[in-house]
Amino acid sequence: MTLDLMLQKYPASSEYLIEALRDYQTAKIDHCVTEMEIVKIAKYFNVTESKVCSVVSFYSFLSEKPKGKYVIRICRDVPCFVNKSESILKTLETRLGIKPGETTTDGLFSLEFTGCLGQCDHAPAIRINEKTYVDLTPDKVKAILSEYREEKS
Amino acid sequence: MIEKKIISKRFDKIDPYSIADYIATGGYKPLIKAMTGERIDILSEVEKSRLRGRGGAGFPVAIKMMALAKEAASVKYIVCNADEGEPGNFKDRAIMEKDPHSILEGMIITAYATRATKGYIYIRCEYDKSIEIMRHAVDEARKNHFLGLKIDKIDFDFDIEIRLGAGSYVCGEEFALLESIEGKTGRTRVKPPFPTSVGLFGKPTEINNVETFANIPVIVDMGGDEFAKIGTKSSTGTKLLSLSGNVNNKGVYEIPFGIPIKTVIDELGGGVPDSRALKMVQLGGACGPIIPRYLLDMIIDFDRFDEFESKTGSGAIIVMDDRWDIFDILLRNVDFFKHESCGKCAPCREGHNQLARLLRKFTDRKATVKDLISIESLARVMHQTSLCGLGQTSPTSIISTLRYFREDYIDRLESLEV
Ligand SMILES: Cc1cc2nc3c(=O)[nH]c(=O)nc-3n(C[C@H](O)[C@H](O)[C@H](O)COP(=O)(O)O)c2cc1C
Ligand code: SF4
Ligand code: FES
Repeated sequence: MTLDLMLQKYPASSEYLIEALRDYQTAKIDHCVTEMEIVKIAKYFNVTESKVCSVVSFYSFLSEKPKGKYVIRICRDVPCFVNKSESILKTLETRLGIKPGETTTDGLFSLEFTGCLGQCDHAPAIRINEKTYVDLTPDKVKAILSEYREEKS
Repeated sequence: MIEKKIISKRFDKIDPYSIADYIATGGYKPLIKAMTGERIDILSEVEKSRLRGRGGAGFPVAIKMMALAKEAASVKYIVCNADEGEPGNFKDRAIMEKDPHSILEGMIITAYATRATKGYIYIRCEYDKSIEIMRHAVDEARKNHFLGLKIDKIDFDFDIEIRLGAGSYVCGEEFALLESIEGKTGRTRVKPPFPTSVGLFGKPTEINNVETFANIPVIVDMGGDEFAKIGTKSSTGTKLLSLSGNVNNKGVYEIPFGIPIKTVIDELGGGVPDSRALKMVQLGGACGPIIPRYLLDMIIDFDRFDEFESKTGSGAIIVMDDRWDIFDILLRNVDFFKHESCGKCAPCREGHNQLARLLRKFTDRKATVKDLISIESLARVMHQTSLCGLGQTSPTSIISTLRYFREDYIDRLESLEV
């Protein structure tokens, strides 16, 4: 979706800034907004560029930094932690060869922490882009990663 | 049976995508009943019910409703807080996914009673299924003239818009939430004024939790006095609990207030798996107290929770078995709040870094008596001087463990010399 097309979905009122940004970034392969895009967005919503930047840096799902095609977010809050989220984290780290905050060199995966996903009754949980995975074990995580890798080839 | 299904009576019994199912099970009857009576009747029934907010703090709902009703502004808002980001909470998701119209009906009745003109539901963006179901429910309610212009053919217009978060826990705080709906960073405002006088877009606004709204049709239907007979003196009605951690049957359960925590864990939760011993329980979520086994006879009740000075009343119960070290748990909590702090005030912005540094000394067995004193006073200062509920309640797990698990702290001291 081009930026212009996406913007048209929203009334040109600054209250829709956050949702428009998230919508756009969700659809983009590197899940971020560039400086050029920020200029355009600021103009459309009639706000300053610095306001757009402050909103982008405030919310975890918005970013100025490019990310992998698949952003994996792992929850390690207490209900997940006591249901072995650390083993899930370790599996992700070894399989992907990256630490939280990093992106694989092929640009396929980024790994991040997230706050509780509200799936504590099915802990441990992770989220990959717009999809939540629950009741995880290291084996399930390996299978999920293979699926995403295959999708690419 | 200790469960009492009032709010959850339709869970898994109706199709959440079907307004017909909702209506066939008595849905929207309370709304019609409410709209044939006087507005003041609704307010007085809610007052008689003594309903308290289900988002954590337990503030009396009738006070907010009456404050909003008194405002003369021509535009007034109702906001439903569906941000549910507190670790260990997932009961609002259950209501949205299993009985969405009960929330809408509660909002519409509240709007009618207070003459509010528009409603917003702010849902965290990670709740994909809740969002889909709530959007569908709003559309259906509109098609059936429960929302929109001239609801049920009387002179009352009210509509609801759904707004999504973008990954920020602090946006669950009421002022931060309003800022976020306005398209801004989610930083709290200094109060007073309270939202019921100056709220969303500067207009009078009532903000309540998802479960709070779901209680309103129940109160209109059974009457405030009947409702107040359920539960305890200080906490009327039922509570949805989010039960998680090291427990056999994790999930959402509804009980009348007054049931002991231990009974919930044993009877509904089926106890701790792998025949391990229960070590501690965190109440309310990451912002709540951690209590030891010997306190589990405590009943679920707002007055009992008040002694912890946190937002314990959301109904989260996180069970932890004897494998876990309290300092690992405390560090997880502090890391969460450190990440989610909005940075507006110093006690919270700086305090979490210091708390994390001090806690690490305890995990590394490098702590001194001075560190123990520091962590204790820092937690107190943050609790007393932070600007919003995040910084005020985040030290609760530390303050409570210093009280109930003090020996664990002493155990980790490098030496007992001062
Ligand atoms: C940091 C923080 C996060 C909060 N998150 C939520 C939340 O996710 N859901 C909620 O209902 N209340 C949350 N609250 C409480 C709200 O500020 C507010 O008290 C509540 O929405 C009022 O509704 P109630 O009276 O019906 O409980 C939060 C408070 C703080 C300080
Ligand atoms: S207590 Fe924390 S979250 Fe609240 S206003 Fe201060 S810095 Fe922001
Ligand atoms: S703690 Fe991980 S989903 Fe709630």
